[in-house]
Amino acid sequence: MQDLIRRYGAGLTGLMVLLVAFWLLMLVIIPNITLFESSFRPYLPVVEMGGPRDVYSVNNYMKVFDGSVETTILGMTFMVPVHIRTFFLTIWYSVTVTLACFVLAYPIAFYLAKIANPKSVPTLLLLLFVPLWVSEVLRAFAWWIILALKGPLNSLLLSLSLIDKPVRWITDYDAVLIGLVYTYILFMLFPIYNAISSLDTNQIEAAEDLGASRWRIHWRIVLPHSKPGIASGAVMVFMLSAGSLLVPSILGSTTSQWFTQTIQQWMNDALDWNTASAYAFLLLFLCTAFVSLVMWIFRVKLSDIAK
Amino acid sequence: MSAGIDLENVVCDFGSFRAVDHVNVSIKPGEFFSFLGPSGCGKTTILRMISGFTEPTQGVVRIGGVDVRGQRPNQRPTALIFQNLALFPLMTVAENIAFGLEVRGIDKAKRRARADELLRLVDLPGAADKYPSQLSGGQKQRVAIARALAVEPAVMLLDEPLSALDLKLRQHMRAELRAIQKRTGVTFIYITHDQGEALAMSDRVGVMSQGRIQQVADPREIYNNPVNGFVASFVGENNIFDGTVVNPAGGMASYETPLGTFRARLGELATGKGVKLFVRPEHTAISLTAAVENAVPVTISEVSFEGSFISVHGVAAGGKTLVAEIRNDGAATVPAIGSAAFMSFDPALGAILPDAETDR
Amino acid sequence: MHKLRTTLSHLYMGAFLIYLIIPLVIMAGAAFNDSKLPSIVPWRGWTLRWFHDLFQDERMWTALFNTMVVALAVAVISIIIGTASAILINSISGRIRTVIYGLMISTILIPGAVIGISTLLMWNKIGVPPGLHLSVLGQVSYIAAMVMLLVLARLQTFDGALEEAALDLGASHGQVMRRILLPHLYPAIGAGGAVAFFQSIENFNVTQFTRGGADTLTVYVFSRVRSGITPTINALALIMITITLMAAVWYELSRRRKERIMLAGMSRDED
Ligand SMILES: Nc1ncnc2c1ncn2[C@@H]1O[C@H](COP(=O)(O)OP(=O)(O)OP(=O)(O)O)[C@@H](O)[C@H]1O
Ligand SMILES: [Mg+2]
Repeated sequence: MQDLIRRYGAGLTGLMVLLVAFWLLMLVIIPNITLFESSFRPYLPVVEMGGPRDVYSVNNYMKVFDGSVETTILGMTFMVPVHIRTFFLTIWYSVTVTLACFVLAYPIAFYLAKIANPKSVPTLLLLLFVPLWVSEVLRAFAWWIILALKGPLNSLLLSLSLIDKPVRWITDYDAVLIGLVYTYILFMLFPIYNAISSLDTNQIEAAEDLGASRWRIHWRIVLPHSKPGIASGAVMVFMLSAGSLLVPSILGSTTSQWFTQTIQQWMNDALDWNTASAYAFLLLFLCTAFVSLVMWIFRVKLSDIAK
Repeated sequence: MSAGIDLENVVCDFGSFRAVDHVNVSIKPGEFFSFLGPSGCGKTTILRMISGFTEPTQGVVRIGGVDVRGQRPNQRPTALIFQNLALFPLMTVAENIAFGLEVRGIDKAKRRARADELLRLVDLPGAADKYPSQLSGGQKQRVAIARALAVEPAVMLLDEPLSALDLKLRQHMRAELRAIQKRTGVTFIYITHDQGEALAMSDRVGVMSQGRIQQVADPREIYNNPVNGFVASFVGENNIFDGTVVNPAGGMASYETPLGTFRARLGELATGKGVKLFVRPEHTAISLTAAVENAVPVTISEVSFEGSFISVHGVAAGGKTLVAEIRNDGAATVPAIGSAAFMSFDPALGAILPDAETDR
Repeated sequence: MHKLRTTLSHLYMGAFLIYLIIPLVIMAGAAFNDSKLPSIVPWRGWTLRWFHDLFQDERMWTALFNTMVVALAVAVISIIIGTASAILINSISGRIRTVIYGLMISTILIPGAVIGISTLLMWNKIGVPPGLHLSVLGQVSYIAAMVMLLVLARLQTFDGALEEAALDLGASHGQVMRRILLPHLYPAIGAGGAVAFFQSIENFNVTQFTRGGADTLTVYVFSRVRSGITPTINALALIMITITLMAAVWYELSRRRKERIMLAGMSRDED
C-alpha cells in the first residue's frame, strides 16, 4: 500500500481502492448478505412489509419439504419431497456431466499436448474454440433440432436401419445431459490441455523406458501432473452445469426439472423473491461445498483453480 | 548382464534433414563407449534409436545380437538417462528408483529394499524419502543413475548427464560414473560434447560431426592419431598450416607452406583439397637457435603462466600466430616478450590430415 | 501396435471435431430450408425467407442494440475495475491478499442465478428498479474478476524499477501510470476487454433475473426457442457463427503473419 502511494500518489491510489471497494462491497458482499437476509423473511403483500408479521423464520427453507413424490432409488421406492428430489438430481446429473466431460476430453487434451504435430496444434485449437464462441443458447438450440423426434439424428439412424422407429431423445434428463456435455466440455478440455502441455515429454519417455505400460504412464505420471487442471476443469463444468438455466429449459422434457428452474419459478412465476432467495442460497451453498470437496480431494488451492 | 550394440548403416532423417548418416559402430559388452561431437551433430538421435524412441530411417540396430527394430522402449534391455534427468517430481526418491520395479509388479517391501541398496551403491543413503526438488544437482544425478540401474539394464544410455553440474562436481562424478560402471559391468554408452570427459572416462570414443562418425578408437589413439582435421581440432588444440603435399613416401611427406617446407606424418586419404598440417602446442618446442628441422622464426608476443604448463605465443612472418606449451618442471626457461626465437616440431608429431568426412 | 494407436488417436480427434462442429452446421443449414419448423430434414428446398423475416423483426433489432450497449458498458467498467484490482492485489501481500484475492476469484464460481437474484434484491431495496443497468452491474461482478486475472498475469512480468526510474526523472504520479504502467498492460487490457465483451453477450442467467422487461439477444433467442419457433433463429445463428468464424480466421491469419515476420527477422539476423 505504501508502495502504491509512493508510485502513483495518494489520489490515484485512493481512486483504485474506491473502485475495488465498490466492486467487492456493492456488487458482491452486500448483495449476498441481502440475499441471505431476505431468505428468512416471509412473502407478504407490500402493505404488510415491516409490519408485525414480517419476522425472521426458516419457513422459506422448509418449503423444500413440501409435496412429496414417489421416487425409486436402487429398486426401492421412497416418498421424497419434490424440491429435495430436484436438488439431488441436479447434483447427481451435474456430477455425471462432469465425469462424462472428463472421460471425453482427457484423451483430446493428451492428444493435443503430446501426440499431435505441434505445427497443426494452433489450427486445431482454433477449430475447438469456434463452438466456444457461439452462444450457449444457440448450442442448446442446435441439439434441440438434432434430437427432435423427426430430426436429423433419427432420420440418419433410420436410413442406416440402426433403428426401426424414431427414438424419443428429449425424454427425462437425457437431452439435458447431452446438451450440458456438449456445451461445457471445452471448459474441461482447456485446463487439462494446459496442464499436460507443461509436462516434460522426457518424463513420459523415462517412464516408458523403465518399462511402464501406457495405462501406467497415464496413471502414475500424466494424471498426477495434470491434477490442478483436472480440478479446475471439474469445478468449472460442475458449477456451470448445476447453475445452468438455458440448457435444462431448452432441452428439458416434461419430467425433468433443474434446481435453477425451480428458483426461477419462485422468482418469476410465484413472485416470491424471498423463497427464491432461500433456494438461491441453497444453490450457492451446494456449489461452495462442491468446490471445497474438489479442492480437498485434489489437494489444490483456489488460486490453482482459477487460472 | 551386459550386451553389445551394433549399429549397421544406420540413417535417421527428419523430413529432408539427415540427422544421422550411415553410422557403423560395434560396441562391446561391458564397454564404456562415448559419442563425442559438437551440439546438433546427432548424438541424442543415435541414443534415441538405441533406446527405441526414434526408429532409424534405414539400417539395423542390434542389442546383444538381436535386431530390435520395431520394439518399443519398454521392451528393450536399455535404460536411458535423460539430458535433463527427467526425475518424477511428484514421487519420492525411493519411489523414483523403484518405479521400474513397480511396473514389473514387484511387491512393495522388495522394491524398497532394492531402492535402499541402490542408494548405497550411488552413495546417497538416507535420501529415500526426499523429493527430487529437495536434492542438489549431483544428488539428482545419482538418483537418475540408481533409477536406471534398478531395472538391471544390459545397456545404460547416458545423454550428457553431467552438463548441468559445476566443474568440480563434474570431475567428481566422472570418476563416480566410471566406478559404478566397473562395479556393475553394464555396457555404458555415454554422450558428451566435452572432449575432456570423453577421453577421461571411456574405453573407446566415437567422434561425430554432422551426423557422421569420423573416428572410433581408444582415447589415446583419438588424441595422438586423429584421422582427420575435424577430429584433430575438436579433440585438443593445434597449430594449423595451410599448404600442399609434396613427394609422399613411406608414411611421411614434405609439406610446402608460405612459412617454409616441413616434414611430417602423412595421414591416410590426405590428398586433394582441404589437406592441412596439424601440430599440437605441447609438441611445439621453442629454441633460440634454428633447430635441425621444421623450425619457424617467430617474435614472442605473449607468455601466460597456466600452472602446470606455460603457454607461449609467437608471431611468424605474415602475422600467423603459433602456440607452444612448455611443461612447467620448475626449471623451464621462458623467452621474454618481444624477443626473437624459433618454434619447431618433431616430424613424427606433426600430422598432415584430410578434411572432415562430410559430403552431404 | 504403436502405429495403430496413433491412427486411433487421430481418428478420435477427428471424431471429436466433427462432434463439436456438426451441430452448428445443422443449425446453420436449417436457416435455408423452406420449412416452417427449424430442421434440415425433410428438405423442402432453398429459401432466403427466414433472413428476410429476421430483418423485419423489430424486437430482434432492439435486442441486438441492447446487447451491444450492455456488452460495451460491461467491458468498459470491467476493464477499469479489473485493472485497478490487479494493480492493488499485486502490491499487497500476506493474509489480507489471500482473503481479497480469494473473494475476487470466487465471484467467477458463483452461479449466475445467485448473482442475478442478489443484485436485484439489493438494488431494489435501495430503490433502483430492475432493468438492463442492473444486468450490467451483475455481469461486472464476475467479469471484472476475469479481467483482473488477465491483467495480473501481465503485471507479474512488469519491472517495477521502470516506474522508479520515471519518478526519479521527475515524472508525476499520473504520468508514471499513463506512460509507463498502462502501456505495458495494454495487451492484457485489450484481451480482457474482448473477453468481457463476449462474456456479456453470452450471459443469460444474470440478465434473466435482473433485466426487468428488456430484451438482450440471448434472452430474445431463448424466448423464441421456447415459444413459436421458426427458422428465423437459425438465420440469426448462421449470421452469428459467420461473424465468429471471420473473427477466428482473421485472428489466425494475423498470427501466422506475425510468425512469418518473426521468422524472416530471425533469418536476416543470421545473415
Ligand atoms: N524430432 C526432430 N525433428 C526434426 N529435427 C530434429 C529432431 N530431433 C533432432 N533434430 C535435429 O537433428 C539434429 C541432431 O539432433 P540431436 O538432438 O541428435 O543433436 P545432439 O548431438 O544431441 O546435440 P546436443 O549436444 O545439442 O544435445 C539437430 O540438428 C536437430 O535439430
Ligand atoms: Mg543431445
